[in-house]
Amino acid sequence: MRILTFIRQVLDAEESVRLSGSSVTLDNSKLVIDTMDEYGVEEALRLRERGADAEIIALAIGPPGAQDVLRTALAMGADRAIHVETDARLDAIALSKVVAQIAQQEQIDLLFSGGQQADWDSHALAPATAERLHWPQITWATLLELKGTILTGKHDTDEGSENFTVELPVVVTTQQGLNEPRYPTLPNIMKSKKKELRKETLDQYGVSPTVSVLREEIQVKARLNRILDGKDAQAAASQLVDLLRNETGVIA
Amino acid sequence: MILLVVEHADGKVSKSSREMIAAARALRREGPITALVLGSAVAAIAAEVAFSVDQVLVADMPELAQYDAELWAAAVAQIASEGEASVVLIAGSRSGREYSPRVAVKLDSPLLEDVVSLQSKGDSLIAERYTYLARVTETVEAKAPIVIASIKPGAFTSATPRANAAEQFDVDLNLPPRRLHVTGKITEHSARISLEEAEIVVSGGRGVGSAEGFTRLVEALADQLGAAVGATRAIVDAGWRPYSEQVGQTGKTVQPKVYIAIGISGAVQHLSGMNKSKVTVAINRDAEAPIFKIADYGIVGDAAQIVPAIIEALRR
Ligand SMILES: Cc1cc2nc3c(=O)[nH]c(=O)nc-3n(C[C@H](O)[C@H](O)[C@H](O)COP(=O)(O)OP(=O)(O)OC[C@H]3O[C@@H](n4cnc5c(N)ncnc54)[C@H](O)[C@@H]3O)c2cc1C
Ligand SMILES: Nc1ncnc2c1ncn2[C@@H]1O[C@H](COP(=O)(O)O)[C@@H](O)[C@H]1O
Repeated sequence: MRILTFIRQVLDAEESVRLSGSSVTLDNSKLVIDTMDEYGVEEALRLRERGADAEIIALAIGPPGAQDVLRTALAMGADRAIHVETDARLDAIALSKVVAQIAQQEQIDLLFSGGQQADWDSHALAPATAERLHWPQITWATLLELKGTILTGKHDTDEGSENFTVELPVVVTTQQGLNEPRYPTLPNIMKSKKKELRKETLDQYGVSPTVSVLREEIQVKARLNRILDGKDAQAAASQLVDLLRNETGVIA
Repeated sequence: MILLVVEHADGKVSKSSREMIAAARALRREGPITALVLGSAVAAIAAEVAFSVDQVLVADMPELAQYDAELWAAAVAQIASEGEASVVLIAGSRSGREYSPRVAVKLDSPLLEDVVSLQSKGDSLIAERYTYLARVTETVEAKAPIVIASIKPGAFTSATPRANAAEQFDVDLNLPPRRLHVTGKITEHSARISLEEAEIVVSGGRGVGSAEGFTRLVEALADQLGAAVGATRAIVDAGWRPYSEQVGQTGKTVQPKVYIAIGISGAVQHLSGMNKSKVTVAINRDAEAPIFKIADYGIVGDAAQIVPAIIEALRR
């Protein structure tokens, strides 16, 4: 079988967001593999280690630098990678068209994608891809087990979680709690340099954005930052309660 | 028409549905505001929303007793195209955000995801949404015969009902077979007031020490204030609190008048769920904890000592 893990290169969560004009710029910022997507790479590796006879392919669609996160996936253990190089800003519905075509060409059985990307805060890529492929989907998986073509496991819902059974092919979104992604070891990093990283261009996929971004603004909310020393707990607590009651009036 | 898909649970119309109705009214588009009720034994739901919209379409079928992304997407896409909807509104809940993209693909239409504002401008729709872990506001535009939008819970003020009920119509659906089989459900119900509706939220993190510490500190303070309780992912993963109380990127987004964070470091993923709160308060023993950067008020100290002292001071 073949597993496709979609990965995105995003701003490191610890970095502050910067603007250039009226849009976010990632120039000179630390970029990393999106944590949510990393769980997908890890889970594919674990399914194989538990016995699935799987080839694992990592896919990224983005600017030239995105090959770095594909290298990370290869160093973790993915077998090969595909990089669709583009600077185009595609929304999830448009992007899903590319992912679905690649899933078909590569005869994929199981597709992983992060539950919510850290940059554009979208949940939509995986469900939109599943719809284009006419496959079912599992979102927010926290446990997966594969026996032949039957996938069972657990995933989060609006108010709680559910156990499920579904037959491949299927699209799955991943998140924290599913596993603990491994760090690439030095030998694996060396080995990964010889692995295939295929470059493609976007033109052949016939996509254009369906939504246009007019502008981006950084949210600034000024905070009072009145921080009290709590060495004397009673005094600090009384002062805080007084401030909340009388300065802000937010509590009775 | 503007089609909105009514979200309901336990026989009640959810707050997010009333917020979607407000969003639909504010669009001032031509055609009736139409509510679609999907489910089994949903007569009471349909009767209730009838007071807030121009017409109600009801699909009351045993097959719809349990939510499924593929069934919901098929139903909504069918009704939207039969009714020539120009806008389809879906709640930005977990389930709403997992079937709305399928509706968009089926109808070959754009998706405005998790929006906090929505306006008509000529034949375009303009929306705002939060990105980069709620640190950026993005303004987006979609222009198409049908546009799908998911509405972020809590972003709109609930619509008020009118004096007269709109007409209800039963609809027939062509549903696909279920492919995802649910073999067990773990529902987490909190007896407390809901996070999204509370004016005050008291949340705890690893710094409360244990599940017992959470009860003694966070729940006790919440009881004193009549507040809802929230938790960080770290303690949800540790099994101290149910997932339904998690605040953050992968949990709920809250926007109360006061948010009190106890023993919470302030990771960006947590902040993204609470940084729109009006007033923020932090109690943490580490003066360098990032939570203090977004705090209006804070106390540097041991939660086990500070919180009981706050409860004491409130009682006085
Ligand atoms: C993809 C992804 C999604 C995530 N989604 C979420 C999410 O939705 N919500 C979320 O919350 N997190 C989320 N996280 C996790 C997040 O990154 C943090 O790990 C988590 O928020 C930390 O929780 P915490 O503050 O309870 O624990 P810690 O970071 O361990 O902080 C504990 C704090 O308690 C303080 N403390 C310790 N003892 C005391 C004491 N006696 N008195 C006072 N203070 C004390 C410490 O100084 C420290 O600041 C996510 C992470 C990832 C990678
Ligand atoms: N490629 C790697 N191989 C082995 N250990 C690593 C690697 N990257 C990070 N670590 C270790 O993992 C821990 C967390 O790293 P980081 O997530 O980079 O802060 C630290 O102890 C690092 O030294």
